[in-house]
Amino acid sequence: MKENEKPEKGNQIIEEAAQAEYKYGFVTDIETEVIPKGLDEDVVRRISALKGEPEWLLEFRLKAYRHWLTLKQPTWGHVHVPEIDYQDISYYAAPRKKKDGEKKEIDPELKKTFDKLGIPLEEQLRLSGMAVDAVMDSVSVKTTYRERLAELGVIFCSMSEAVKDYPDLVRKYLGKVVPYTDNFYAALNSAVFSDGSFVYIPKGVRCPMELSTYFRINAAQTGQFERTLIVADDDAYVSYLEGCTAPMRDENQLHAAIVEIIVEDRAEVKYSTVQNWYPGDKDGKGGIYNLVTKRGLCRGDHSKLSWTQVETGSAITWKYPSCVLKGDYSTGEFYSVALTNNWQEADTGTKMIHLGKHSTSTIVSKGISAGHSQNSYRGMVKIAPKATGCRNFTQCDSLLLSDTSGAHTFPVIEVGNDTSVVEHEATTSKINEDQIFYCNQRGIPTEDAVGLIVNGYAKEVMAKLPMEFAVEAQKLLSVSLEGSVG
Amino acid sequence: MLIIKDLQASIEDKQILKGVNLTVKPGEVHAIMGPNGSGKSTLSAVLTGNPAYTVTGGSVEFYGKDLLALSPEDRAHEGLFLSFQYPVEIPGVSMVNFMRTAMNEKRKYFGQEPLSAADFLKIMREKRSIVQLDNKLASRAVNEGFSGGEKKRNEIFQMAMLEPRLSILDETDSGLDIDALRIVASGVNTLKSKDNATIVITHYQRLLDYIKPDFVHVLYKGRIVMSAGPELALELEEKGYDWIKEQVDAQQ
Repeated sequence: MKENEKPEKGNQIIEEAAQAEYKYGFVTDIETEVIPKGLDEDVVRRISALKGEPEWLLEFRLKAYRHWLTLKQPTWGHVHVPEIDYQDISYYAAPRKKKDGEKKEIDPELKKTFDKLGIPLEEQLRLSGMAVDAVMDSVSVKTTYRERLAELGVIFCSMSEAVKDYPDLVRKYLGKVVPYTDNFYAALNSAVFSDGSFVYIPKGVRCPMELSTYFRINAAQTGQFERTLIVADDDAYVSYLEGCTAPMRDENQLHAAIVEIIVEDRAEVKYSTVQNWYPGDKDGKGGIYNLVTKRGLCRGDHSKLSWTQVETGSAITWKYPSCVLKGDYSTGEFYSVALTNNWQEADTGTKMIHLGKHSTSTIVSKGISAGHSQNSYRGMVKIAPKATGCRNFTQCDSLLLSDTSGAHTFPVIEVGNDTSVVEHEATTSKINEDQIFYCNQRGIPTEDAVGLIVNGYAKEVMAKLPMEFAVEAQKLLSVSLEGSVG
Repeated sequence: MLIIKDLQASIEDKQILKGVNLTVKPGEVHAIMGPNGSGKSTLSAVLTGNPAYTVTGGSVEFYGKDLLALSPEDRAHEGLFLSFQYPVEIPGVSMVNFMRTAMNEKRKYFGQEPLSAADFLKIMREKRSIVQLDNKLASRAVNEGFSGGEKKRNEIFQMAMLEPRLSILDETDSGLDIDALRIVASGVNTLKSKDNATIVITHYQRLLDYIKPDFVHVLYKGRIVMSAGPELALELEEKGYDWIKEQVDAQQ
């Protein structure tokens, strides 16, 4: 090979690598109970009945459904969500339970699936520091370590179980941070949500292990609408992780989740996400539409909520994990790495709503765009007139790995008083060929060099992830970003 | 070890090297001097495989292999090292992570197992002292926030780690104060052996007071126009390049 062919060679390696297979694209062959496609009040009633819900929850669902009918799919995001035919989706799919045998026994096929995903459901195999709620399609399959956590008063179970076992707690908090009127997808979720996780940390308890929910879509032509509710009472602490994958399919599948978090006086919640839904193939066919509403209310004084997200999957991502900082001296944080490749589109960011005096917020957003993807940061920092002495620091960086990808930022800043300080820093850069050559000269091939440089770029955010997740997330970044440089 | 024959190269269709000939043997130190724009840095870039440059003719043999046919990383594995004139910063990537990746890539190339973390750190500690880099510096991100002198010392540190057979020092003396220059030069001298060789690219005699060359070459208009012993560097220091330019231009 001649010297003058070198630049092409670099691109070629990267293009080959870009076609690397999605590791979690398999389908589990398991009997699934699916209710027929379509959505009307009867379907809402049927979901509620299947789950044996109390009347008040059915009412909540029906109100949400009726409200949803009055709404239109939003179009303001810098993403191209097609007109979704909501009658062409099944709203409930559950791995069928075996009638025989012990009740608590998990179906071996399900166990195998989660083993394959690296999420063993036997407690003795789990890393001792983490409890898992495993959700497949519409239902929670298994929650580990429930008993051990219960000794401390920590409730960690599926949403369906919480409705049965702790109806008062659920009723007190459900829909209080994200009301069903919030937006189109929140209304839809509130009408048809199937399962999800419920966490309650009582006063003064530091949860001794990481809590984690693993979401898996398996069934075809279904949507996943889970709902997570986390409550940290006074002086409580919990670190919560969320992971997600789905099979490779040519069709697009809808995932419209809600996460609500309530943080009371001096309590702290860390919420980390590694989102790796199937992103579609290299031509943009298939993939998950990840349209999610996540919001936390720092209700107590000196309360703290920290969102960390590593977003590498989904054909379309539309999510803004936000903090409503109601308590005085409360703290909100948002650390995000969003990587888009091929034809992926991401519109993600946060809202920091300062209502409490001396509340502070930090936003660090790192966008990485490769291939033909579009990557947008959308953020709002709002400081209410009465919220004096507030601070916000926002850093918003974009790294472009190709000439055909796009990076966009849509920041909104509203400051209602003159004792608050808001800082906003933004940079856009292209991956630097000198950096790659420097690595090459030290013996590091281009593909590894790109992984190294991008992980370095994202380090500030990666460092916020719990240890066990951080290593996985680093690998994920390198693999997902086997995208074009040039 | 290195045989360069009639090497020609261009960047963006501009011909820079117009037929360079040079032979380097193990144990030798060659200095390449010359006025600005004569092609000194291009030569180092082309030898190490910088994709910004295009080879338009000639050949380079490195230990019997066709160097120009190898990828930049394989050239590095084969033992070619460049101390960059302007070392780049790689934010967020620690020197430890960077060097460990580099060394393990080399080991992989030769079919060896990766180094354990403990072994690696031990080597790193040893080599760090050669250029008096402290522990903190090595755990910082690659060149990020390094002073000019620290960057150059960091280059020599990497050279010590990778144990190249042929090192090219591209204007390693530029931007160094006298103390940093001494540290860098003594690092290079410590690493010198009868089995490896060094090409020193420089404008000035200053560095050659510390790193003694066996041969001095003058590169002008993309060709080596004069080669002699170390005394040539002293002569150039005194008389400048004009007399050589005149000679060459007259011949043309």
